[in-house]
Amino acid sequence: MADRKKKFLQGNEACVEGALYAGCMFFAGYPITPSTEVAEGLSVRLPKIGGKFIQMEDEIAGIAAALGGSLAGLKSMTATSGPGFSLKQECLGYACLAEIPLVIVNVMRGGPSTGYPTGPSQSDIMQAKWGTHGDHPAISVTPSYVQEILSETVRAFNLAERFRTPVVVLYDEILGHMREPITIPAPGDLEVIDRMRPECKSEDYLPYDEKYEVAPLAPFGAGYRFHVTGLNHKQDGFPTNDSKQIGANNLRIMSKIENHKEEIWKNDELLLDDAEVAVFTIGSTARSARFAVLEARKAGIKAGLLRPLTIWPFPEKAVRELAKRVKAIIVPELNLGQMILEVERVSGAACEVVGINRVDGEPITPMQILDVIKKYK
Amino acid sequence: MATLKELSKQNELLTGGHRLCSGCGIPPIVRLVLRAAGGPVVATTATGCLEVGTTIYPYTAWRIPWIHSAFENAAATISGIETAYRALKKKGKLPGGDRDIKFIAFGGDGGTYDIGLQALSGALERGHNFLYLCYDNGAYMNTGIQRSSATPFFSNTTTSPAGEVIPGKQEWRKDLTRIVAAHNIPYAAQASPHNWADLSRKAEKALRIQGPTFMNVMSPCPLGWYTKPEDSIKWAKLSVDTCYWPLYEIEDGILKITYKPKEKKPLEEWLKPQGRFKHLLKPENRNLLDKFQARVDLEWQRLLDLDGKRI
Repeated sequence: MADRKKKFLQGNEACVEGALYAGCMFFAGYPITPSTEVAEGLSVRLPKIGGKFIQMEDEIAGIAAALGGSLAGLKSMTATSGPGFSLKQECLGYACLAEIPLVIVNVMRGGPSTGYPTGPSQSDIMQAKWGTHGDHPAISVTPSYVQEILSETVRAFNLAERFRTPVVVLYDEILGHMREPITIPAPGDLEVIDRMRPECKSEDYLPYDEKYEVAPLAPFGAGYRFHVTGLNHKQDGFPTNDSKQIGANNLRIMSKIENHKEEIWKNDELLLDDAEVAVFTIGSTARSARFAVLEARKAGIKAGLLRPLTIWPFPEKAVRELAKRVKAIIVPELNLGQMILEVERVSGAACEVVGINRVDGEPITPMQILDVIKKYK
Repeated sequence: MATLKELSKQNELLTGGHRLCSGCGIPPIVRLVLRAAGGPVVATTATGCLEVGTTIYPYTAWRIPWIHSAFENAAATISGIETAYRALKKKGKLPGGDRDIKFIAFGGDGGTYDIGLQALSGALERGHNFLYLCYDNGAYMNTGIQRSSATPFFSNTTTSPAGEVIPGKQEWRKDLTRIVAAHNIPYAAQASPHNWADLSRKAEKALRIQGPTFMNVMSPCPLGWYTKPEDSIKWAKLSVDTCYWPLYEIEDGILKITYKPKEKKPLEEWLKPQGRFKHLLKPENRNLLDKFQARVDLEWQRLLDLDGKRI
């Protein structure tokens, strides 16, 4: 029988387990509450398996070093929270354009600015999509349970490697610090994807070969000599001012994600088949929503829950279909209305869309959600 | 310089009732420095223990105008304030006329040696009239004892954990005082709270001198050093008597050691009481201890060679 250890872990520790399961061998980061346990855990674990942990001098250096680790061929990660996530944004855009696989964990705390370091928030949802300048692709995964932080961290690595792009693991402080019993999966239980590597001769290698949607990525030092830059570039990686090539490349880095949304989307549905009112939410708020939906059912209200585990690209298909068959979609979130903008955009006028918002550092309670559900009895 | 009696009669500008840990080195340092200002003073603090511990309502402890902006930019913030002061003064728009206001930026070692170094370097180069004071407790204590570039050799922290193979932090600490001095500012000094007279004199001087000045002050941390709170001042003193933390100043380019221990104590005496160095005292780690001692000796000798000279 495969060895599956049961452990009682906090979310940040589960993130460490997920990263190691996925084959992460390089972590560079900087201390910031409430994500520091990710760095602390990897500082102990990585050296034991021949991996590398580096604490950098600031958040910018943290992501920059992780990008270097990834280009050298190692699955790489950095972890942070709000203010640090802001500082990392320029390098996040660099990773999008240079097409460097990377996992960035953002344990969301109250903001803006230093905000409420020890309080939960979900106010970086839009920052995960739009924080860096320029049009760019975005993938973000949003676990709700400690076990899921492990599995979604693995999935984040898979998506990063598969699409040669940065992937943000987005969860709130409550999940980062709450403890739950979890099972560490045995090798083979979860899929682990590695990036495609070139098989061609070094002189034929094009790091941004248009032949591919996602070109193979050669590790630095393996004999393939190529150019990496944050400037718009040609297929060989060298900067260009040719508008045709700039346009084509910008469209390709978007379409490599856009064309595979079905593969990236992942939703958890609860009692949606006959639902007349639905709740749409992520992270710890989805736990409150689950309780509220089950309570509503007990009261005879046909409520259901749509819980996306991929928030970017936005789960348009699921929301569009849901909007056609419910009276209302309720969107509770620990911010002043970020996901709701997307739900409104996608649902059009098909149903009512109602937000529940909180930015006082306290979680949205099941009763807060239930009170709104009851209006659609 | 004011006598101890005179100092004790001055108003406390950082009051009690804050939330810094018992035995923390920061409050005595800040109180002495604020007293040395001897007049109106404006301060800014980088994110860190001092900021969090003295400002969360109702534990606010500052009796002076004070501002926090972010982690990396205390020196940039004080640059803006000092520039505004000069501009208002020039235009005659300063309330209270021509008052000589002192500007101080406080940062921990994380906020100064690491993330704040760029802002500090910029402010020193531009030549603002301010004192930057770094309280160096040797790690990111506010977020839970992660290593910084000020963390001592072989120290056990939560991101440089001492294990069987890797015995804590592998890198020698950054020599920030010398890095700052290399900006050719008029005054830079190292101090320690156990020697209040030396600390006060240096702070008075730093605040009197026109232009950017800098002080790097040893700040004991019972939480991160794993020591008893009541012994903090003792361990601060020993950091100096072992020559791990020499007291010196660089004024107009001339280096002067301000305290030479009559008898240089073995480093082990300073390391012994501190839990963060526990692993170093195991017999099998004797070589590490020797390596640490040799490096301290070397750094001290370097300083002795420079004593009284223009650097």
